[in-house]
Amino acid sequence: MSDAISRDEVAKVARLARLILSDTELDIYTEQLGLILEHARDMNSLDLADVIPTAHPFGVTNVVREDVVTPSLDRDTVLAMAPDAQDHRFAVPRILGEAP
Amino acid sequence: MKSATQIAADVRSGASSAAAELERTLSVIAERNEELNVFLHVDIDGARAAAADVDARIANGDNVGPLAGVPIAIKDNLCQVGIPTTCSSKILEGWRPPYNATVIERIVAAGAVPVGKTNLDEFAMGSSTENSAFGPSRNPLDPTRVPGGSSGGSAAAVASNMTSLSLGSDTGGSIRQPAALCGLVGVKPTYGLVSRYGLIAFASSLDQIGPFSKTVADSALLLEVLAGHDPKDSTSLPEASPSLVAHVNDGVAGQRIGLVRELFDGADESVVTAVRAAAAALREAGAKIVDLSIPELELTLSAYYLIAPAEASSNLARYDGVRYGLRVKADDVTAMMEATRTAGFGAEVKRRIMLGTYALSAGYYDAYYGQALKVRTLTINAFARAYEQVDLLLGATTPSVAFKFGAKTADPMAMYLNDVFTIPTNLAGDPALSVPFTTGEEGLPIGVQLLGPGRSEARLFAAARVLEIADGRP
Repeated sequence: MSDAISRDEVAKVARLARLILSDTELDIYTEQLGLILEHARDMNSLDLADVIPTAHPFGVTNVVREDVVTPSLDRDTVLAMAPDAQDHRFAVPRILGEAP
Repeated sequence: MKSATQIAADVRSGASSAAAELERTLSVIAERNEELNVFLHVDIDGARAAAADVDARIANGDNVGPLAGVPIAIKDNLCQVGIPTTCSSKILEGWRPPYNATVIERIVAAGAVPVGKTNLDEFAMGSSTENSAFGPSRNPLDPTRVPGGSSGGSAAAVASNMTSLSLGSDTGGSIRQPAALCGLVGVKPTYGLVSRYGLIAFASSLDQIGPFSKTVADSALLLEVLAGHDPKDSTSLPEASPSLVAHVNDGVAGQRIGLVRELFDGADESVVTAVRAAAAALREAGAKIVDLSIPELELTLSAYYLIAPAEASSNLARYDGVRYGLRVKADDVTAMMEATRTAGFGAEVKRRIMLGTYALSAGYYDAYYGQALKVRTLTINAFARAYEQVDLLLGATTPSVAFKFGAKTADPMAMYLNDVFTIPTNLAGDPALSVPFTTGEEGLPIGVQLLGPGRSEARLFAAARVLEIADGRP
């Protein structure tokens, strides 16, 4: 059993990721994520203090274009694929409510 | 089975027709799809209409393009207007895209006939298609074994002679690994060479679309059609599509090719033997083989399994039950999102979302994601140093031949290790391909991997062609 990540930390991460885990799933993921993170610790064998991180293979720069109107997706086609729509908008359940 | 190059020539000359080629494809699909689970959706009516259109244009004397009448299978993470596109996930079941991926527009403009959507590991996360919500695909060469993944359906489509070409995507090996396991050519192009517009994102800084085929020339033909700048993808390279088909028979005389120890160490003996035989064949054809060691590559698996999940956790935040796909009803919006994502995602996708969320979270970012990005820099620098000495690199594509169902599903790390030789080039953004070379256990195919610096696809195809000939496929 790896100690790289605790069961509480896995539960917190699941909440952040908007996933609900059963007790069994929490146990399994704690073990599996622990093993993966354990493997990742081999990177700590390196002195990386002076290395510049790379987030993208080729330096990404802003792409600009002329400010002209071009056709966009048809609203009705897009809304037809939504789980719920109302008055030409996406509809969702209540967002604001009484304080818990 | 005719090559795509031959089909296009026959359709253009009138020796065959797009309709006839399509009907042959549809009959093989009808015969074998139930057993192999290759296609999640076959667009029979749309494909027949597209084929009729190609034939009408030929009758009219139009120049139909280099893929005239060639049926082609599409990985189900590429958007095609009105065609169910699922990423093999329940969270997108029933969704029909309102727009086409740029690669769909390009192949259709070149005369190809898209026939349907192929199975994959859910959201392209996996190496066997066992993570598909719609069941695994089977390897046509031995249906008790996996076809590889994540583009396993696209590989199986070509290996079972349903189509001569298919499209896949490769984030850490998802084209090259199934190509190796199914005895095909599979190409991961230079990052930015092919537009990702309409490719459903997994890890945006790593994903690239590429071809599967039986022959080297067919992959070159398809990649020429796919490549070239697209203003709809902000990471698209600025230049036009390179000339590839014309260079397939350039050979390797005078080329320096590095045989990289870290790209085959630990592989099964049959695979190591194949890689050494490939080196000998390239030397025979006039290349200079240089033994190389690139120790930095040993850390790329760890870096990849933080970077890819980190990007995935961000990309997959969009599946929240609001704009498309599944919604599980609940009283308030947060409960709805939690219920939807919990019901819609499979176990591996959840695992990677959580790993990525953790690696990006406050307090752990520097220790995990930050370290991984620095290892990515070391990888890029190490490849660049290697390419000062040699023109191309050679190694294995996979540690073994196709494995049996269930062999690696219990332990995620065992499955991840299957990608150890393919991952480095995704981190660097460079191109690589897998080409079948000799066979291993039970006559199953082995793929060897050729890697090159950015934009070296023409050289890679030429070297792959040398191996194809040496392996007895003139």
